[in-house]
Parts: sequence; structure tokens; C-alpha cells
Amino acid sequence: MSDSNSLIEIKGLRDGLLVTMSDASWDESRAALMEQIETRGSFFQGARLALDVGGMVFHVNELSELRDMLSERGVNLWAVVSESPTTQKTSQLLGLATRISKPRPQEMTRPTAEPAGEGKAMWIGRTLRSGTRVEFAGNVIVVGDVNPGAEVVAEGNVIVWGRVRGLVHAGAGGDASAFACGLDLSAAQIRIGGVAAVPLERSGEVRPAKYFLEDGIVKSELWQSNQS
Amino acid sequence: MGAQVLTITSGKGGVGKTTAVANLAVALAADGARVACIDGDIGLRNLDVVMGLENRIVYDVVDVIEGRCRLRQAMIRDKRLPELYLIPAAQTRDKSAVTPSDMIRLCNELRAEVDWVIIDSPAGIERGFKNSIAAADRVLVLTNPEVSAVRDADRVIGILEAEEKGTPALIINRLNPVMVKQHDMLSADDVLDLLAIKLIGIVPEDEGVIVGSNRGNPVALEPKSRAGQAFRNIAKRLKGENVPFMDLDAGTSLWSRLMGRK
Repeated sequence: MSDSNSLIEIKGLRDGLLVTMSDASWDESRAALMEQIETRGSFFQGARLALDVGGMVFHVNELSELRDMLSERGVNLWAVVSESPTTQKTSQLLGLATRISKPRPQEMTRPTAEPAGEGKAMWIGRTLRSGTRVEFAGNVIVVGDVNPGAEVVAEGNVIVWGRVRGLVHAGAGGDASAFACGLDLSAAQIRIGGVAAVPLERSGEVRPAKYFLEDGIVKSELWQSNQS
Repeated sequence: MGAQVLTITSGKGGVGKTTAVANLAVALAADGARVACIDGDIGLRNLDVVMGLENRIVYDVVDVIEGRCRLRQAMIRDKRLPELYLIPAAQTRDKSAVTPSDMIRLCNELRAEVDWVIIDSPAGIERGFKNSIAAADRVLVLTNPEVSAVRDADRVIGILEAEEKGTPALIINRLNPVMVKQHDMLSADDVLDLLAIKLIGIVPEDEGVIVGSNRGNPVALEPKSRAGQAFRNIAKRLKGENVPFMDLDAGTSLWSRLMGRK
């Protein structure tokens, strides 16, 4: 994923980003990393970063300085992988992981570059809390609530088995046939394609609903058990 | 392995974190535990005032971290309880004077000295917050029954889950049963409905808390205070005791009876 910059290599992992240092000096590699973070701010924002430093030897003050530099830029350093026993000890002392194989039940908030397809869906089996943003180039299924301040942005459809009080955006790539549906959308912010919906007026009982585009306007349909 | 490190945080400011830290610390210490509180709000310290120890500060947490004094020298002994200590924040520095790893090291050193370390987190989700949760074994999220406070609490819970700090427990502070009854305030159920985490206590609104904070006398030391009782109950639950939740309506009905009689 690294472009012009060959000093460091950046790779997406299931649980964050892995940055591998080349044989260049630490100062150069670090400068390259900071430059990447600066120029690609939104990509790195809030990322969990693992660092593979090969055989380089680090002491506590160097690593903690790096961690602070990263945290000031909104990047969370969680692991330092190294062959050097000294560096390993240092990372343990700082409470950093030294291996990155540990599976982790984290949501994949990084946009994936896969093409949208009918069968492609991201599965989220829990409640999305405020501040969480899920983006996917396909359908998104949430089993849980979408709390106020949480955002689900899908190029395909959004289906929520739960209450939506945050933002759902279906057809974010411009797909006018996309829809969003959920068990309770009465307090949701809804966007379909490029159009924002005016929420339905709450009329006592809460019912599952589906929102879709018709003639460039967002329409809604309440689910009824005796219908269809 | 020594002490449990407990952090109290909220996201939003002004919901009563510092008061809660002071009261829980006092309640635990009054029950015979050795307790150290750390004021994590560097640059805006308050915990010393609420605990009534302001004029005893010589060294602070930054002095310990930067090696200007030993840990013991910065631990201010409480004037009422012999096994309660405060490590105050530095007032002339800011959050960047401390790193998460500093806090972990400090707390590890404290673990051998006390049974409980209680950290008062600053508001927000930035550096000071990150410092405060770095060493925590358990986190309590404090909120008021107010929409904005609850939303911030939700954000903080999300961050704590992402940082693998486990699911925190919830304290609802300043609940006014009369207002809840009139549907002018969120009820505890409304709050739990959104946050969906375990409740560890509800503290009723009580003017005595403000008086106590101003005088440096946490209400948990006053046997008759209802808020104090609520904090004492939370302290017991922290120790694993099963304490039933207070009947918050009990006070209300008496009040409305008196009002109704007139």
C-alpha cells in the first residue's frame, strides 16, 4: 500500500494496520511514517497500529516517545514486533503486544476496496455505539442497535435488526435502488443515495420500516403483519 | 497481587466524577480498606478541594513521574481516615506531562501499598482520559439522566470496549425521582435502554452533595445523607457484596405527603 515511499510498508490487517520498517535508519523510517500519517490523515485516524521493526533495538524512552507522537496524531500503537529480545522486553514494559496473531473481535471500520456485489455483506453482530463509523462497499447487516452518534455507510443496503437512532446511509455510492430497513427507524437519520429522508412522524406504536428511493424522493413503508 | 485500579470517567464534564471519586474513596476507606486516589485532571485539579486536602499539597503526580519525589511523599494522608491517600494533580502543567505508560508504572507501584487505587478521569476522550484508563482494571462510567450526558457516556463505553478495557459498569448520578415521575427527566430505565451495560448504582440528587464538596466533606461520611448512602452501597458492590438498590421513591412520597397536607 505504500506508494512513492519505499522506506516503510503499510498493510491492512484484520485488527489494524501493520507497518513494516525497511533497513533504513530509524530516524528516516520514523519521518516517513509521520509523513504518511500527515498526508493520509483520514486513513490513519483512529487506527490501531502494529509496528514490525525487524532487529532494531529500542529502549523505553524511544518507544514511549513514538507512542506519544502517534497518539497525538490520533493513531493508537498497540504492538511492536521485533526479533530483538531487548525491544520485545521494552514493548512488554510499555504494555504493548509483541505478537499480532491474536484474533480480536473488532469491527472492520476500514473501508475495503472490494467491489459492491449482490452477495457482499458486512456482518456486525453487536450494537454500534456513538463515535463508531462503519463503511462498506456492499450491504451492511447490523444485529444490534445503531446508537445516536454512530454511522453506517453502505454502498448497498442497510439492514438493522434493532433500533436505529444514529445515521444510516444506503446506496452511498449513488445506487438509487438501495434501501435501509430496521426494526425501529423512528429516531434515525436516513440517507438513500444522495438524498436525505425526512423521518416519519412517530405515531405511538413503533413498527419496522423500510426506506427507499422513488422518483428521487425517499419513501417509507411500515411493515404490517397482515399485508402481503 | 495487591490493589484494584478503578477509573471513574464520563465523557461529559460536570456530571460529578470528582465527587463520586471522593465519596467512593471515603466509603471504601471508612470500611477499613487502604485507598489511594489519583487526580487525573492535570491542569484543572479539583479532587483535593472536594476531599478538603487542598492546603496539604506539597508534591503532585507529575513530581512523582518526573522523579522529583518518592511516591510516598506525594501521597497526602486524609485528615479523617488514616488509610486514605490522595495523589493530587499538578496545577501548573497540562495533560501532556503524563503518558499512559507513566500511569501504568505509577499504579503498579501503588498496588503494593494499598487495596484500592481510584483514578479521577478528566472530561473528554483525549490524552487525559487515555492516561486515566491506561492502568485501570475496572472502569466505572458516570452519567446524569440527561440526553447529552448519556450520549457522551455511550461514546466513552464504545472507546473502552475498543481498547479492550472490558465493559464498564454504570453509575447514574443526580437522579431526581420527582422529575422522573413527571416525565421531565430520563429514568434509570431510559438510560440503561441506550447504554445497555451493568448498573452499579443510582445516586439521587441531593443538595448536601454540593455543600459537602464545597466544605471538603464528602457526604459518604454522613450517615443520614441519601446520596451518601448510595455511594456507600456502590462501594459495597465494588467489593462484591450484594446490596439491594435503594428505594428512591421513599423520600419522594414523604415529601409529597408533606406538600399535600399543607
